[in-house]
Amino acid sequence: MIAEFGLAALWLAAALAALQLIAGALALTPRGAALAGLVRPVAVVQGVLVALSFAALITLFAQTDLSVELVAKNSHSMKPLIYKISGTWGNHEGSMLLWVMVMGLSGSFVAAVERRLPEPTMLATLAGQAFVSLGFYAFLLLSSNPFTRLSSPAIEGAGLNPLLQDPGLAFHPPPLYIGYVGLSVAFSFAIGALVTREVGPAFARAMRPWVLGAWIFLTLGITAGSYWAYYELGWGGWWFWDPVENASLMPWLAATALLHSVSVLAARNALRAWTVMLGVVAFSMSMVGTFLVRSGILTSVHAFAVDPERGSFILGLLALNIGGALVLFGLRASSVTEGERFTATSRESALVFNNVMLSAILGIVLVGTLYPLLAEALGAKVSVGPPYFNPVSAIFAVPMLLVLMVGPLLRWRRDSLRRIRLQIAIPAVLLVGTLIWAASQAVGLLPALGLALSAALAVASVMPLRGRKLRQVKLPVWGMVTAHFGIAVALLGMASDAAFTTERLVAVRAGQVVDVGPWQVTLQRIEPVAGPNWTALRGDLAVSYKGGSVTELHPAARTFWAPPNETNEAALKTRWNGQLYAVLGQATGDGRWQLRLWWKPFVPMIWYGGILIALGGLMALLGRLASDLKRLVARDKIAYRRMRQGR
Amino acid sequence: MSETKPTARWTLWLPLALFLGFIALVMIGLYRPADREVASTMIGKPLPEFTLRAAVADRPGLARADLADGKPRLLNVFASWCVPCAVEAPQLATLKAEGIEIAGVAIRDRPEDVATFLARHGNPFARIGADDRSIVQLGIGSSGVPETFVIDGKGTIRYQHIGEIRPEHVTLLREKLKEAAQ
Repeated sequence: MIAEFGLAALWLAAALAALQLIAGALALTPRGAALAGLVRPVAVVQGVLVALSFAALITLFAQTDLSVELVAKNSHSMKPLIYKISGTWGNHEGSMLLWVMVMGLSGSFVAAVERRLPEPTMLATLAGQAFVSLGFYAFLLLSSNPFTRLSSPAIEGAGLNPLLQDPGLAFHPPPLYIGYVGLSVAFSFAIGALVTREVGPAFARAMRPWVLGAWIFLTLGITAGSYWAYYELGWGGWWFWDPVENASLMPWLAATALLHSVSVLAARNALRAWTVMLGVVAFSMSMVGTFLVRSGILTSVHAFAVDPERGSFILGLLALNIGGALVLFGLRASSVTEGERFTATSRESALVFNNVMLSAILGIVLVGTLYPLLAEALGAKVSVGPPYFNPVSAIFAVPMLLVLMVGPLLRWRRDSLRRIRLQIAIPAVLLVGTLIWAASQAVGLLPALGLALSAALAVASVMPLRGRKLRQVKLPVWGMVTAHFGIAVALLGMASDAAFTTERLVAVRAGQVVDVGPWQVTLQRIEPVAGPNWTALRGDLAVSYKGGSVTELHPAARTFWAPPNETNEAALKTRWNGQLYAVLGQATGDGRWQLRLWWKPFVPMIWYGGILIALGGLMALLGRLASDLKRLVARDKIAYRRMRQGR
Repeated sequence: MSETKPTARWTLWLPLALFLGFIALVMIGLYRPADREVASTMIGKPLPEFTLRAAVADRPGLARADLADGKPRLLNVFASWCVPCAVEAPQLATLKAEGIEIAGVAIRDRPEDVATFLARHGNPFARIGADDRSIVQLGIGSSGVPETFVIDGKGTIRYQHIGEIRPEHVTLLREKLKEAAQ
């Protein structure tokens, strides 16, 4: 029953999306004006229905209903409940349903609360949102139905990829999806604005909370994903430039650029066409990323088994949505390009520079991700990795970070560097000083630059608060300062990981001591342990920092049997100044065990930085929402007074 | 809009042009004949030495020597927890009914689960070895379940079929067995 209910709700939601599209489009014509009142309620109900459909799927997974093909393929009765639930979206069909659900719910939300846009733009936006959703509904209902029943129920489920059986991975897709799909709202806004040619500060203010919200979730999702890759893969690295990682980085880069250009549009009515373009690009990158990951045309450490038929379907959607939006952009953008002017030394210029650099980094990540495909089309097999991505992205990231230290200090429209020379001088001295020190430590060019930029940016990012009464500083400014400081913190983590990590790969007997950096590590014993659906060999390590107190670490090699797979559970010991990372390897056969140890100074700063960046976004969002609310209340008061006077 | 400037500029079409290039590229990638399956490097080579205990009570276990007795046969890698393995059961039954001998390797399974699986889907196997730690599976270059190997009378791997045997694959397997017999 539950499966049939879920499927019915999904069909109904799809039908309502069709209605939303048709009514919205007709309502824009003079004859269809009567339909205008229909669009918002339909959008709300559509969102509710798709959410019910998703809830039905979660229920099926929680109950391990093996008569449903998707559950039988991706779950197992022996699995812990939280992984049964996370199994709902740990597969192709379920994650697509999650995607449509987030899209439907954000559509409901826009329809229910957004009152700032002119009504025609709103109608066009909701119609655009329905158009994009319809493609995904068609995809689910025609090619990837999550509710298909098996003719005879399976005896037992096939399981879930054990790599996914980890709290970090089980729960990092939903924030990422909220981020990806939140950008679909920005996309629909851009479409709506292009259709009605209403690109101005009101449009930017309506779009900004959505971009901010999506960006906060993307930032958190990427941070969590990176930490997951760091400890679950057991490779000791935190970013591998894997296609799946790039698939989330590219929309983030576009959204970061969009976030800044939307601010320029809201405050200064400039960068109109550019903001609309980024609105299209940001969501396009979500879709392109999803396509690249799901179509299986790129190889990745994350296994998603997908067939070309589904790949073609997503490609068709991609061509229709993005291609359509870009055609609209080509036709309409020339009538929205102009805006307010500004001089070369101004807040606007700094933000334009940041936009160009972010777009350039986006471009090189995209090219690097697609290059293996291009090479294969030309008959060669290559893989592109950190040797390309690191230096090439640094070419654009370094100047961007330098301008980032100055930009927030500049005034809108026109300013002079002389006015802020003191605020620039302090970080500049710090930059050069750190660079000289780093060079004396012989840590390599990129890590040295990273350390120097991090130190200078940490100071420069709080400069906008200088000379102000801190209580009166508005929340969005605090948000900006926090996010920029977060970048400095993350950069410190990345640079010190690259500069100062020490690694040991040893084969040891029980009782032997190994030194890695300031740590002494003793292998005490190896013992078997059993979990709910795995068995493992676990190492007992006694570790002490510089001969201090001894604590235990337990790296393990787990063996899952449904489906059979082995994972390495790294063990981490975190101190304020870094992390000890231990991985248990194979037995060498003569009673010794391989042990891989890393001492990584300041590496957790990468993720603390990510959290700070997201927190900054949250502060900005709350600040904006609060001032919007204030304005709304004031408007209502005026309207109320007028109404009483009218009587 | 006051500052409208209705000049169509070619730069506005640049994003579309780049996007079309992207679409063209991935179309090539998507429709090029796929060679993404991991073929065993063991094809044409003799089976490695192994001895597996019996996976169920009513069938003997499996060792390399059992597969080099002069008779070509199929070696089916399966598991009770594997859904596609249930899908291919009727095809295995058909092949067995034609007198073809099939040896099974049960991957990471418990005897009672294997017994339940065979009771429900039929037991086409002459012998079933229990490969608790995937040692034989990895040794013959198999990367998943189900997979089916054609072994000739001398214990040499002649052909590998990846994934479940669907009805359309039966003829091919029959022919590969015939080739192995010559």
